[in-house]
This record gives sequence, structure tokens and C-alpha cells, in this order.
Amino acid sequence: MSLKEKLLSSYIAFEDHLEADSPLHDLRTQAIKTFENLGFPTKKEEAWKYTSLNKITKEDYSLSPKKVSALDFKDVKQYFLYDVDTYKIVFVDGVYSSFLSETTHDGIDVCLLSAALSKDKYKPVIEAYFNKVAKDDSLTALNTAFAKEGAYIHIPKHKEVEKPIEIINFSTGSEASLMLQPRNLIVVGENAQVQIIERHQSLSKNPVLTNSVTEIFADKRGYVDYYKIQNDNTEASLIDHTFIDQERDSICKVHTFSFGGKLTRNNLNFYQRGEHCDSVLNGITILEGKQHVDHNTLVHHIAPNCESHQDYKGIFDDNATGVFNGKVYVEKEAQKLDAFQQNNNILISDKATINAKPQLEIFADDVRCSHGCTIGQLDEEALFYLRSRGIGQKEARALLMYAFANNVLESVKIPELKKRINKLIAQKIGVSLGFDL
Amino acid sequence: MLHIKDLHASVEDKDILKGINLDVKPGEVHAIMGPNGSGKSTLAAVVAGKEEFEITKGDVELDGEDISELDPEERAHKGVFLSFQYPVEIPGVSVTNFIKTAINETRKAKGQEDMPAGEMLKMIKQKADLLEIDRKFLSRSLNEGFSGGEKKRNEIFQMAMMEPKLAILDETDSGLDIDALKIVANGVNKLKSNDNAVIVITHYQRLLDYIVPDFVHVLMDGKIVKSGSKELAYELEEKGYDWIKEELV
Repeated sequence: MSLKEKLLSSYIAFEDHLEADSPLHDLRTQAIKTFENLGFPTKKEEAWKYTSLNKITKEDYSLSPKKVSALDFKDVKQYFLYDVDTYKIVFVDGVYSSFLSETTHDGIDVCLLSAALSKDKYKPVIEAYFNKVAKDDSLTALNTAFAKEGAYIHIPKHKEVEKPIEIINFSTGSEASLMLQPRNLIVVGENAQVQIIERHQSLSKNPVLTNSVTEIFADKRGYVDYYKIQNDNTEASLIDHTFIDQERDSICKVHTFSFGGKLTRNNLNFYQRGEHCDSVLNGITILEGKQHVDHNTLVHHIAPNCESHQDYKGIFDDNATGVFNGKVYVEKEAQKLDAFQQNNNILISDKATINAKPQLEIFADDVRCSHGCTIGQLDEEALFYLRSRGIGQKEARALLMYAFANNVLESVKIPELKKRINKLIAQKIGVSLGFDL
Repeated sequence: MLHIKDLHASVEDKDILKGINLDVKPGEVHAIMGPNGSGKSTLAAVVAGKEEFEITKGDVELDGEDISELDPEERAHKGVFLSFQYPVEIPGVSVTNFIKTAINETRKAKGQEDMPAGEMLKMIKQKADLLEIDRKFLSRSLNEGFSGGEKKRNEIFQMAMMEPKLAILDETDSGLDIDALKIVANGVNKLKSNDNAVIVITHYQRLLDYIVPDFVHVLMDGKIVKSGSKELAYELEEKGYDWIKEELV
């Protein structure tokens, strides 16, 4: 049985367990039909030209873990921002871990989607926002069909969340192979502020495929600072779909740090619905071995006087492959726009590959849109300069790579997180330098 | 200290140095002058270990040890310093972090501990004062957006921090106005001792008014064609290089 068939047949059993009068019933039925019609995307589709799901969909994934695994905090501590106080929503093999989590309903809701979907008091929010910005491409639809668990975050208006919220999905390897489909809903009210860190972490060498969907809504003057830490092992694959809906004067930033995983696909979609929106998409990708990362971004400018800034840096070693497919779509009404897109790549080895494809579709006539893309090696002259000052070749290369990624790192506003990412970069590059940038 | 014997070097099969002989003893200042394209910067880069150049013949010895096969960083560890004609801009690395890394990597190579932070700061302050460098300057990205003069001053600041045995100043005077030139020259003179040596590469005699050479060498077409005292520099300034060419014929 193919994975598609397996998913379709398990959907019947899944639906049976849910109440028939669930408000999501029709939505799910529609969604599974969409997936049935479209199936897994193939390289024949333009958006998937450089990323093949062929191999990872061959695996016989378990779709729900048979037993609940417990984790000790000390064993997974390293994946948390343990030196600073945070809210935590933690899932172990797709199941909520109350032991590892720290949720709240005190002025804000930081809790579970399953609770939000089943309790009446959340109904207005669910009805207003759930699946309202998510696209109906096949994999998002697949997630919608099976959506039942994930993070639910609701920040009411004028509320500034005083500590970061961590969303962490662990997989333990209790199943020979596992497919997870977390679904997150984040609603940020007018003039409210939040910082969120999302991480998917496999704790074993057993294959994991995560098909994740996150919807984020930022109301007027809302501020969302979102960090994706992707440093998984070489048997873990992630297909992420993040949809961000911005009302006027809102600022939304997504920083994606892709340091590892078998296959990672980031579908990042911003929709600016009001004037004076600002969208920031930053990324640092450092890959080695046979890892693959595909950044597929869309910034859809609908209203006038908005801004968007994309800055993606990639460093690829060994046989690693990267894709940057960045699209800026400017509607006729989106005048006075300032859109900027930058993608710079360094290929360390002869066998590493990057496919970069910036796309601008502009229907307004009074806009400023710029994009730049570079692919190169480390600057030999700069290397010689550093080495002539006594800095060894390996360290000199590392220093240049740090410097290359630095302006993206600068945008990390949580000092502890910045320190951690710094350390991860040093680890990736295989050196320790005596300072943080 | 530095002993160069019949040095030939080429880049992409093009011969640039065609038999250089040079002896530099501790405490000496040597000036190397010559027209554009004569091989001055190549000589500096070859001594510092730039891999782009291939040594096809001859020796480069530092304190009796052949250094021609060593990596640039190994030469730096042994006390060779090159002040670049065109210092490279490295956005994202501050001057301070860069110099700390350079010093501690050098100490590590010699089996020493990192320099204590307090001591490092003190040294940075002292050397920055010597070269009249503003503290704010030190937290800027290395050479990024620096004026020509700032870049050169920063090179000499690094030299002051690294305390090399042999410093090669490759056209350090270009891009400097007279005030900056005096500051840089003053810095170099203060760092000068009986144990170290300086090679000054320049087009113009101007710098040599402030860093006074013991010897002046004229490099033409990859060879040192004439050596003399500091008076030779004045002669070159006045008469150019053509008379030497004629002398050679």
C-alpha cells in the first residue's frame, strides 16, 4: 500500500473517532478529497521541481504511535532555551506532554489545539481563524484532514507576552518510522506582541516525516517574531507550511535556521491585507552530507504602503543541496511598496548544489522591488588576509562563514537564542572561536 | 633575520620574480622601491606565503629556517607580518574581535594560553592611543567602509598588536594624507627595536622622510637592480627610474 493509500484508508478510521457534528467535519471531508485528487506533489510541478518526495514517501510510516513515550527533562533539556523562562508546548510523538510543557490561560492562551477545537469558549476564535489563511494545496489539505493536535496561542489585544513561547515536537523512535502532522494556530490581537520558537526534534535514527501547518494572524499593529530551529538528524524530514495573515501596521518576522535534516521544505507564505505592513523573512542554512533544504517563500502584497524584506544566506558543503524559490507578488493596489529580496550562497565543496529562483510578479506601477542572488566560494583574498594574521585555515574559513551569516543573526532579538544559534553555527562549521558575533 | 636567495616566483606560469637576493638583519629598515609592475607587492606576498604564487627557484629563510613551504598562518606565528596594500573588508567581524582572534590563535600555535581579557584590553587601548585610533573605530566591522587612511592605520594597529619580528609594509603610504602618514610612521618607529626589522615598499620617497631606511633597493622587472643608502631614494624621487634602466644597458 502506498503512503497515499494508507493515509486515505486511515482517514476513515480517524474520522470515526471524531464526533460527527464537529464543526470541522465538512472541512476535513473537503480536505481529504483535495489530497486524494492531488496526491503528493511531484517534480513535475514547478514549485517542487528541485525537491523530490519520492524517497521519503516510500517509507512505511506509522500514522499514530501505539504507545505513549515519556521523556525525562534532563535528556531533552538541550533543546529548550533552559536559561530563560519560557512558555512551552511540547509534544512527544505527536502527543501532548503536560510534564514537559508550561502552558497558561492567564491573560493569554498558550495551550493545545485539541482543547481549542473541543471547548465551546474557543469556538468563536476557531470559527474566525482556523484554516482561514491556509492554502488548499495537497499537503496542507492533508494536514487539515488530520488536524487535531498542535499549539494554540491566542494573545488578546494590547497584550505583550513577557516571555518567549516554545513549541517543540519530539519524536522518540518508539515506532520504526513515524509520520506526524502537527497543526498550530496563532492569533495575535491588535497591538499585541509575541515571540515564538518552533522546533522539531527526532531523538532516534528512525525515520520521521513531519507535515506541519501553522497559521498566524496578526491584527492591526500586531507584532510577531517567529523562530524556526531546524537542526534535526539525517533521518528526519520536515515539510512545513506557515501562513501569515497581516492586518494594517502589523510586523511579522520569521527567521528560519536550517542546520540539519534529511529533507526540509519550508513553505512560507505572507499575506499583507492592510496598509503599512512589514514582513521580514530571514534564513541561515548550513548543510553538509546529503541534506536538502528547500525554501519556498511567497510575500503577497495586497495593500499599499507596505514593506517586505527577505534575506537568506546559505552555506553548502559535501553533497548538500539547497533551493531558494522566493516569490514577491504585488497586486495592482499595492502601490508605494518597498520589497527587498536577497539570497546569497556559498558552496564549500564541488558537489554541493544550490538552485535559486527569485520571482517578482508586479502589477502595480509605483513600487520599489529589488532582488539579488549570489552563488560563490569563500573569498581567497580574505582567507589569505586572515591567515596572514596567524589565524589557521579552518578558523579563517569559519570566521568568514560567520561573517557571511552575521547580518541575519543580528536580527535575533532573544539574546539566549542568539547565543545558542551562534554555538550551533560554530558546531556546524567545526570550530570554536573565542567570541560571539 | 630574513635571507632571500635567488628567489624566482611565478603566477599562472608568468614569471614575476626573477632572482631576488636580499638580506635583512635585526634592527634594520629596508626600503624597496620600483616602478609599477616591477614585482614589489609580489615579493611581499611571497614572503607572507600567498599560495597563488609559486616559488620556482631559490630560498626564503627566516632566522636560518626555510619558510617557503610554510602556510601563511605558520609564517605569522614565526613573526612575519604583512601590512596589505589593499586590506580586505570583512563585514560582520569587528576590529577588536579580529585582533583578539589573531593574537589568541597565534598564542595557541605557540602552545600558550589565551591572553587574559584584561591584559588584551589594556594592550588594545595602549596601541590604539599610539596610532590615535578612536575607540569607536575598534567596534566597527573590519575595514568595512573605512577610508583609505583608516584602513592603513588599522593595518599598523594590527602590526602593533601582533608585535612581529619582520614587518613588511606594502605601500602603506598610499591613501594617507600627511597627518595620517606622520601618525603611522611615528607608530612604526615606536615599534622598531634592535630585535625586529621592517621592509617598506613604496613608490615615493615621502614616507622615507619619516621611516628612515638603512638601505634602499630598486626592484625592476623582478630583480633588485640597485641598492644603496637612503640618498638613493632622493635620487629616484628627483630623476625617476629611467636613468637606472640606462645604467643597466
